[in-house]
Amino acid sequence: MAMIKFRRERCKGCGLCVLACPKNLLMVSSKINRSGYPVAKIDDMKSCTGCALCAEMCPDVVITVFK
Amino acid sequence: MAEAEFIKGNEAIAMGAIEAGCRFYFGYPITPQNDIPEYMSRHLPDVGGTFIQAESEIASINMLLGASSTGARAMTSSSSPGISLKQEGISYMCGSQIPGVIVNMSRSGPGLGGIDPSQGDYFQATRGGGHGDYRTIVLAPHSVQENYDLTMKAFDLADKYRNPVLILGDALLGQMKEPIRRRKYRKKEFPKDWTMTGAKGREKRLIKSLYLSEGELTDHNWMLNKKYQSMKREIMFETQFMEGAKLVVVAFGSVARILKSTVQMARDRGMKVGLFRPITLFPFPYAALDKISHSIKNFMALELNTGQMLEDLKLSVGHKKNQVDFYGRPPGSIPSPDELFNEIKKIYKKRIG
Amino acid sequence: MKQTFKRPKALVDIPSHFCPGCHHGIIHRLVAECIDLYGVREKTIGVASVGCSVFLYDYFNADVVEAPHGRAPAVATGVKRARPDNFVFTYQGDGDLAAIGTAEIIHAANRGEQITVIFVNNTVFGMTGGQMAPTTMSGQETTTTPFGRDLKTNGFPIKMSELLTELPGSTFVARAAVNNSKNLMKAKKLLKRAFEVQINGEGFSFVEFLSACPTNWKMTPKQATERVQEEMIPYFPLGVFKGGQE
Repeated sequence: MAMIKFRRERCKGCGLCVLACPKNLLMVSSKINRSGYPVAKIDDMKSCTGCALCAEMCPDVVITVFK
Repeated sequence: MAEAEFIKGNEAIAMGAIEAGCRFYFGYPITPQNDIPEYMSRHLPDVGGTFIQAESEIASINMLLGASSTGARAMTSSSSPGISLKQEGISYMCGSQIPGVIVNMSRSGPGLGGIDPSQGDYFQATRGGGHGDYRTIVLAPHSVQENYDLTMKAFDLADKYRNPVLILGDALLGQMKEPIRRRKYRKKEFPKDWTMTGAKGREKRLIKSLYLSEGELTDHNWMLNKKYQSMKREIMFETQFMEGAKLVVVAFGSVARILKSTVQMARDRGMKVGLFRPITLFPFPYAALDKISHSIKNFMALELNTGQMLEDLKLSVGHKKNQVDFYGRPPGSIPSPDELFNEIKKIYKKRIG
Repeated sequence: MKQTFKRPKALVDIPSHFCPGCHHGIIHRLVAECIDLYGVREKTIGVASVGCSVFLYDYFNADVVEAPHGRAPAVATGVKRARPDNFVFTYQGDGDLAAIGTAEIIHAANRGEQITVIFVNNTVFGMTGGQMAPTTMSGQETTTTPFGRDLKTNGFPIKMSELLTELPGSTFVARAAVNNSKNLMKAKKLLKRAFEVQINGEGFSFVEFLSACPTNWKMTPKQATERVQEEMIPYFPLGVFKGGQE
């Protein structure tokens, strides 16, 4: 059981988290934040193991991980 | 009173610095100021201080920036070409309001020039020298005793204004030996609420010179300017034979020292010549000279260059019907009192008769 | 549920100015994590450099003094000599450290100054708009090598880690990358060791980070990350060059 949270207003949509997820659970959505960036998201939270590699790779500390 | 000791000019600077609590020295060899780093390397360890012979003048000024940013008393010294290299660091120190003492025992230029005494760095010293709109306090000693005393004062002024202070001497003042009397330095305490010590039990601190927000740099520059204006209260100068003088010769540093003999010669021959010696070159004693010009109309600048302080003299007294003459002696050799006397005599004859 | 990943305390909670996909943000966080890990935040004095990394003074929750371009190792020398019990680090880009500041870094390393230097190599002058850096790769197009870097006229991309390894004064020298999670985990270990070298008083420590600059490389973050792997790492090999595990 794991959960990741996105701080969307800080996301710049670079997608490095998407590349980092070993289970390919993340994607950059079509939603735009206030800074004008498309933001990263996860649909299938149930499959997340909380490995935190997405958070490690995020240059903007957008992602926090709970386990 | 302490007994007189026979000391070399450069060493007096180093001695004054250590007495004033300077514990960090960074430098790079260049003639004619090598006695300063040599003295510091030998004597700083005795007082728990640190001496570093840096890889360049640029590195030494930046080491000074770093050490001073922690609130420590630190110094660097060099001579003209080396001082040119330090200008980047001096500009950053002014922009970041970091104190520090910088000694220029100047030699001659432009370029590699020579190692003779020269006052060719007057503009560089008093107008900022590096990029941006800034000033440093400039102290100009004219004796070995003053080398010692003014170096101590330089540390206080640097801390008081959080600004670099320059000591502008030359080969003559660095190399000659004279008796001096040491004195106990009484340390003045200045606020240290800006220093780099680690953010323990307080908010973090930042020392910087980069201001990018709208209007921020404008405000910063005006604030600095206000500070530079307030330095006027530190103005120092010396006068001699001003009683009834008809011609005032104005000179600083080594040439002022030679002039003291010359003015005596002139007085002995009945010429009414006075001497005005600025000790602070920035801030320059404009007002004091202006006041003198209410009663005396003839002025003459004497410098070991082709006319730099002359401009400040003209700014002080060049208005109204005052006469401002000039004798310049670019570097190459040291003028004798007789040579200067002949030049003063010419002007005296022309203006007074 | 317990929070297993959060922002380090040494990293101020404000948005960064870095472009999307720039690795500076990751490297900043790794440094901040180490500051937290070793409990040195209240003893830290950072020395900021010039270029994209200049704003580290806003990002790190620690005392920071700004240095002129390339001079951070000299400034850090002054700071550390005056405050030997503080943790002193510089964080410099390749224009700053490997071009204008070559003399300062070499001599600080050679004196064995007890400082930690974080060197970010992204093969380009970032802040000024993508000009050639000393580390620009052969054939790489920049705004001042519009036909690609020609080794005949521009010389070779400089290998700072290898250069500093040769100096008897340096204690720990390593090169890391954060282009994927595997390299990032290795980078963390190297950075820890660099911190320990200073904390234990062992000497001068240096970590070079290969970093992506998607904006000036005119690439997507994904392409830039791949370029680090495919072009940079073969020329700038990763690992410890000197002074591995205590």
